Amino acid sequence: MASRPRTLYEKIWDAHVVETREDGTALVYIDRHLVHEVTSPQAFEALRIAGRTVRRPELTLAVPDHNLPTTPRLDSRGLPIPIADPESAAQLAALEANAPAFGIRYIPATAKEQGIVHVVGPEQGFSLPGTTIVCGDSHTACHGGLGALAFGIGTSEVEHVLATQTLLLQQSKPMEVRVEGALGPGVSAKDLILHIIGRIGAAGGTGYVIEYRGAVFEAMSVEERLTVCNMSIEAGARAGLIAPDDVTFAYLRGRPMAPQGAEWDAAVAYWRTLRTDEGAVFAKSVVIDAADVEPSVTWGTSPEDVVPIGGRVPHPEDFADESKRVAAKKSLDYMGLTPGTPMTEVAIENVFIGSCTNSRIEDLRAAAAVLKGRRKADNVRWAIVVPGSGLVKAQAEEEGLDRIFTEAGFEWREPGCSACLGMNPDKVPPGERCASTSNRNFVGRQGPGARTHLVSPAMAAAAAVTGRLADVRELV
Amino acid sequence: MQPLTRAQGRAIPLGLKNVDTDIIIPARWLKTISREGLGQGAFETIRAEPGNVFDDPAYAGAPILIAGDNFGCGSSREHAAWALADLGIRVVIAPSFSDIFSGNAVKNGILPVVLPQDAVDRLLDAAREGLEISVDLEAQTVTTPYQDRFAFTLDPFRRHCLLNGLDEVGLTMARGEAIAAFEAQRTAARPWLMRGTAA
Ligand code: SF4
Repeated sequence: MASRPRTLYEKIWDAHVVETREDGTALVYIDRHLVHEVTSPQAFEALRIAGRTVRRPELTLAVPDHNLPTTPRLDSRGLPIPIADPESAAQLAALEANAPAFGIRYIPATAKEQGIVHVVGPEQGFSLPGTTIVCGDSHTACHGGLGALAFGIGTSEVEHVLATQTLLLQQSKPMEVRVEGALGPGVSAKDLILHIIGRIGAAGGTGYVIEYRGAVFEAMSVEERLTVCNMSIEAGARAGLIAPDDVTFAYLRGRPMAPQGAEWDAAVAYWRTLRTDEGAVFAKSVVIDAADVEPSVTWGTSPEDVVPIGGRVPHPEDFADESKRVAAKKSLDYMGLTPGTPMTEVAIENVFIGSCTNSRIEDLRAAAAVLKGRRKADNVRWAIVVPGSGLVKAQAEEEGLDRIFTEAGFEWREPGCSACLGMNPDKVPPGERCASTSNRNFVGRQGPGARTHLVSPAMAAAAAVTGRLADVRELV
Repeated sequence: MQPLTRAQGRAIPLGLKNVDTDIIIPARWLKTISREGLGQGAFETIRAEPGNVFDDPAYAGAPILIAGDNFGCGSSREHAAWALADLGIRVVIAPSFSDIFSGNAVKNGILPVVLPQDAVDRLLDAAREGLEISVDLEAQTVTTPYQDRFAFTLDPFRRHCLLNGLDEVGLTMARGEAIAAFEAQRTAARPWLMRGTAA
């Protein structure tokens, strides 16, 4: 095995195979498991019914995020404010009870470490290079930005990991997305991943694990890498990853749950071996020139519906494939858009800056840089910023970013998934349009009838200021 | 899990591509802590359209659903599989499925059948004519009264679990010794991996 050159994905995979069944299904060890309130109650219930325990409780970390309102959580006396919606309250209470009952570490809603699972894992140093990381959430691929093999699982698999610390899996095929050159000014990691999804399609990565390679990713910060890997699932890939390097190690050093001292040195020595070997073969390869990437925006209801901000709403007839023509027509009806309209003429009423894709400190800084000294346009009815965690929020407040946002007419919220998914109280009203830094523009994703345009944090800020989709490069 | 060897009956001709799990079951239905009753919220946005296939009496109780490319993409929510099961769907036929959805489907006794687009188109026509379609997991075939016979494959392990209604957790727990040996090796080589904390 050691003689054949291997990709990064294959190295991590091989290091975690406990055994392989005759039919090729592998029993794969899981190093880190993140749990939130929405996809776990049925798993805990199943364990309870079968009288099963959690095999390695110390390898699981639980934190509420999806269902939690982003309004203040403590009253003036410092007491928790009850959650109004009884179903949400019951689901959150279930996690709060299940975690200690099964011996799992739990970060409560009122702790400063609370946040979106995919922000918390890296921030705490719980997510580490070369590990297998799972969570009952498809954006788990996010943690691949640290060089981990991270992927989303269903609730039956959550139960499987809790009970056995393993999963039964078929190996995926390795795919490479290589981007050489350098991104232009005003072009962010989000613009790049939207461009990539537009290029390979919403199913282009199905059956593959994507390794992002090339100068552009090497030059990125860890937070930018997390943004890129986060959206791998929108291209159909269950996981996406970037080889860990000195940037990764500098990010992780000293984080509360990361190894320390001699163990840290040993870990780094191991992590340095986690690179795709010279001569390793990818089953599929896509090469993109960074110079072709512009600030990107979606026009439809699939993340593959991407155009550069200078582009126009497409004509359904322009698509070669019949099913895509039908889908485009349906999407445009839902989005209320006329073919041929310049994207910069599309007015928006809502702006959402947040989600596991773009709610880290660098994202907030990028948006604040555009908003500084400006105000949202009058037609923008609702603009909110939702930091990815309490620690991100505190850092932003220390830097005075919260004031820039509130002075620009934004609401400054408590951490959580918020308007990313139309589950908690933060929703976009029916028929209204939202410039959103989240990851999905699906029908009804931000609320029934809501129309989502996916953009980067700086582009969301530009949209807030102009009241329409706008090219941020014209504002800086 | 309910075993599945064969399903026969009418099929709902949905046909759409990129049917994401937010369409199958919108987030507002995810506040439940149970697996039951999600059929109520299934395909809510599509059902809001007059004349939709789900409310067409011709397909009432149909055990088969036919869709386009990339069925079940998006969110990993297993609620999508629970909602389909609650509607009485035992088989979904499409040219491709998202990886996470097909895994979730099998764990809930639902068979994802991958067939080429032309075969799917043919089955959509048959379904719209109200013909019964037969799906046989043992033979791995889909047949119609028109004598169509399309062969499909499912990975052997998933097929074995579906045919026998096996619980994967139980199967893996029986491998406890192999897992313990693997853990012992890891604890010796890289103890920090097995702790989940700094020290
Ligand atoms: S922010 Fe959105 S995509 Fe991310 S975990 Fe929450 S709901 Fe999922």
